[in-house]
Amino acid sequence: MAEFKESYHKIPDGKEKVIKRMMETEQKINHEIKKASLMKNEMRISFDAISVNEAFARVAVAAFVAPLNPTMEEISDIKTAVSEAVTNAIIHGYDEEYSGKGEKKEQVYLHCKILDDVLEVEVQDQGKGIEDIDQAMEPLFTTKPEMDRSGMGFAFMEAFMDDLEVISEPFCGTLVRMKKKLGTISWIKQED
Amino acid sequence: MEDNFKVIDNYLMVRMPEEVDHHKSVYISKTADEYIMKEGVGNVVFDFEVTRFMDSSGIGVIIGRYKKISYFGGKVFAINADTRIKRTLMICGLHKIVEIME
Repeated sequence: MAEFKESYHKIPDGKEKVIKRMMETEQKINHEIKKASLMKNEMRISFDAISVNEAFARVAVAAFVAPLNPTMEEISDIKTAVSEAVTNAIIHGYDEEYSGKGEKKEQVYLHCKILDDVLEVEVQDQGKGIEDIDQAMEPLFTTKPEMDRSGMGFAFMEAFMDDLEVISEPFCGTLVRMKKKLGTISWIKQED
Repeated sequence: MEDNFKVIDNYLMVRMPEEVDHHKSVYISKTADEYIMKEGVGNVVFDFEVTRFMDSSGIGVIIGRYKKISYFGGKVFAINADTRIKRTLMICGLHKIVEIME
């Protein structure tokens, strides 16, 4: 055994170069594998602003995140948040007073991005926009109490996602951008 | 769909669909209101046995029914809610006005 160790340390100069090259190639391969396992994906959908599409939108996003192996909890959170955003776009963005009784073909744009383990969802409409964003984001504030709206839409999005950003201009439309990091539960467990 | 609404004694039982969103909630509120007015029931019970998804529209339905029924001194109950639904109800503080039971 001792002989082997000695001989291992006494590698001739020529062999050292070979080993060095082997190690370099190994590093390169590892780097390639790492790069391939880094998730990167993008999706865009646009659909008519009618209420049946709310279910479609949230199921589409849930299917889109499936490769990241999300937990049931995470899927539920994402589905609820997407459903809120799309519902808002349909009933507030394109409300009947603003756009007539659905004569024009109005579209809701859904844009999803996965970068590594972060999901980013953008829901955009070209409707009437929000005048006072801070007020709109207050829990229980609603402009449509007669429609049985609870005014919890933005509060839910904030509660279920990690990051929420609302960009809006009256008569220009609204963009809601939400982010969620997936797999944080296992990550927290590992730290303990 | 009519099967989902039943009047037992003084209670209106509403079986919630599998997914409660804005699309479905409009129908639920309308039909529940019809029953409340027509049958003159005192209390409303929402049954979440088959429900797997609910967003703020569902909260709107419950709050709306609560406002109507509490006017006559009635109560609103939620039964068979799974942990997800319970969490959604808790976030809105609905457990203060709605009795959540197993």
